[in-house]
Amino acid sequence: MAAPMKSMGSSFNATSFQKKTRSKLISIPGTRPSVQNGQLIVSTGVTSLDYLIGGGLAVGTVLLIEEDRYNSYSQMVLKYFMAEGVLCGHELFLASAQDHPDDILTELPAPILDDIASHSPMEGRMQLGGPHASQDAMKIAWRYQNLPKVQTALASSSRFGHYYDVSKKMEPEIRQAANCHAFYLPEHSTESSAPRSPLLESYSALLRSIQEVIRKGGFDGAAPPAKSRNVLRIGLPSLGSPLWGDDLCCRDNPAHGHALTTFLYGLRAVLRSSLSVAVLTIPSHLIQSGLSV
Amino acid sequence: MFPELNAILNTSPDNFKQGELILVSDRRADASFLVHHFLSFYLKAGCKVCFLGLAQSFSHYSAVSQRLGVSLTQAKEKGQLLFLEVLNESLDVLLQKTSNTESQALDFLRDPAVGLRGLYDFVRASVSDSGVGGEDDGGGGTVGRWGPPVLLVDDLTVLLSLGVSVGSVLDFSHYCFVTVCSQLKGNMVTLVRCEGEEDEDEDGDEEGSERLLKGLTHQCCLTLHVQGLPTGFCRDIHGQVEVCWRKTQKDKPSNQRKLFQYKVHDKGASFFARGTSSAVL
Repeated sequence: MAAPMKSMGSSFNATSFQKKTRSKLISIPGTRPSVQNGQLIVSTGVTSLDYLIGGGLAVGTVLLIEEDRYNSYSQMVLKYFMAEGVLCGHELFLASAQDHPDDILTELPAPILDDIASHSPMEGRMQLGGPHASQDAMKIAWRYQNLPKVQTALASSSRFGHYYDVSKKMEPEIRQAANCHAFYLPEHSTESSAPRSPLLESYSALLRSIQEVIRKGGFDGAAPPAKSRNVLRIGLPSLGSPLWGDDLCCRDNPAHGHALTTFLYGLRAVLRSSLSVAVLTIPSHLIQSGLSV
Repeated sequence: MFPELNAILNTSPDNFKQGELILVSDRRADASFLVHHFLSFYLKAGCKVCFLGLAQSFSHYSAVSQRLGVSLTQAKEKGQLLFLEVLNESLDVLLQKTSNTESQALDFLRDPAVGLRGLYDFVRASVSDSGVGGEDDGGGGTVGRWGPPVLLVDDLTVLLSLGVSVGSVLDFSHYCFVTVCSQLKGNMVTLVRCEGEEDEDEDGDEEGSERLLKGLTHQCCLTLHVQGLPTGFCRDIHGQVEVCWRKTQKDKPSNQRKLFQYKVHDKGASFFARGTSSAVL
């Protein structure tokens, strides 16, 4: 669960879904089996990061990013991850204590698509949102984008990992095609604290919310087989910051020294039994005590 | 089970030493492949295995053991393997959904300050049950259908991260050692994971996992320490294993240490002396 793991060519990290992909040949758009050990992997959105971690992020695992000082690059990686989910048609779950999840979603980078599904007059590369594209052409393209999965499934499942233009924001039409669940901590009324729980109320509320989304969306395998399977991408920016009610980053001897690691343990338990991936960022440079996450 | 590791350790499923505490540790590497080795080794040896799966789910171990030629589900059904799957059961405890007053084993999740007494009681109950399996016995003897009991813990560092104090974990391992190794003449294998450099000078406040590692190294009979290569990442050599026999044996009075390099692949791991990797030669 440390920062990006280098794959060692080991097949010993099988997720609980390894057998299913082999026997039932599930093909979820945006995922593919890893060439090294057959695990189902998704792209993180940054293709060079995918290469570093052995092809992609395995479904059922958590990627923990230690934030840089100004939280610029770590937030960027998280946005790439979410943007990749939008393009692949995955469902998203975003939980934040500082910015509203909807605000984070408006800032996703714009994808660079050479559109296979676009109509023929546009030849060569077509920069969506570029000044030379006519208004009509853009509208038609987006209509194709939003059609049920016939062409977009081909386009996205044939490509694993997309490229993005960070200087532009993702168009609202693309973004709204994706189903996003938001968890904004200030809006969440925390229940009265249960007696002596090792988890903070904010963390247990978050864990419950994630469990609820997984159960309702059928990501845990309880859904009837008729429903097509999908992957849930969970993004948790700045977990462990003081805004979550955790004093791990504030004090030398925190009272809740292990609330975050206990939450991560619970998150691992939830993720191992479902088709979801999580990327979270932690401001570890604020942690004073010798505790290592 | 890795045949090369068996040759290095001079053991085989038919002939292995009893009453041993084997410590598997790593530093910035992943030594869990050794846990899978020991699990399949003792299952093939016909021992009654009690496995505390704290780090991964049952299906993970089962999938890996399948590749090593052992079926965990079958072993569980036959009663040879007792698997405590903490990961899945932890969710209910952490979110306080059901009040399971019976399962005391996970008390440390509800309140880490309580310690690991409940977990130890679970272990003691499960290893003492080895006599129940044999129905031809009078039911009183500890020699059931299965061989000596084995306790496998994967891994102890998870307990530290959940808030249990180092002292409690050391007490737990000591109690388990006395019960399993001394009284029942079984074996015990634990995994401890460390971060950071070994000779870092802390300001007197040493990291919990380092203290745990030191305490257990003092107690164990055999330790396998896994590290990455000092020269960095290599595709063909995944790291090095330092094997150290601690307790004096009759024919080898001095403590012995050996260093090997290893590579993990699809159906096992291969061990070789330093510099003799097939990629190099």
